[in-house]
Amino acid sequence: MAKNEIKYLTAIKQEKPKKKFCRFKKYGIKYVDYKDIDFLKKFINEQGKMLPRRLSGNSLKYQRKVSDAVKKARQMALLPYVTDLLK
Amino acid sequence: MNSYELMLIFTPVLSEEDFKAAQKKYSDFITDHSGTIVHSNPWGLKSLAYPIQKKTTGIYWVLEFTANADFNEKLKIQLLRDESVMRHMVTKLDKNAVEYNYTKRNGGFKITQKAEA
Repeated sequence: MAKNEIKYLTAIKQEKPKKKFCRFKKYGIKYVDYKDIDFLKKFINEQGKMLPRRLSGNSLKYQRKVSDAVKKARQMALLPYVTDLLK
Repeated sequence: MNSYELMLIFTPVLSEEDFKAAQKKYSDFITDHSGTIVHSNPWGLKSLAYPIQKKTTGIYWVLEFTANADFNEKLKIQLLRDESVMRHMVTKLDKNAVEYNYTKRNGGFKITQKAEA
């Protein structure tokens, strides 16, 4: 009994995770432009690394398009390869 | 005749008329080889995300053109020979991309969300 420390009277209400959706399907975007930096910034974290699908919520087809676009943007020095506090 | 998009980064030390001359040179190079220029979009001086060849700024130029398939090889040789070009990239545009660029140029997108391209 001593193992679990706190006993709540009512169960803790876990914050229900927001239902993720693939924004490309929803908004009907067909092409990810590598020059459109602020759109790509939604898919990379502060260090400039790409977000995985489970966080970005993209479907596989569009996640690949996003990754191609991010790599092209990095190649053309529009996005850094690694940085801190990018946002 | 495929549609391509060429993006060039020139050294920042390039003066204004050199930049124009370079643009003209490559545009003429494309039209000489039976290609057509769809849209030229010089961005001008921009700071780079990381230094290239010890320089932190560069002059960007984006050019959308159509050319036949074997043209890019010749273009690449020209670009590699030119020292004022720090970096170049040619991307092939599929129909969605061409549509996207077209609507973007004519202000087709609503500001709030990317509408149907």
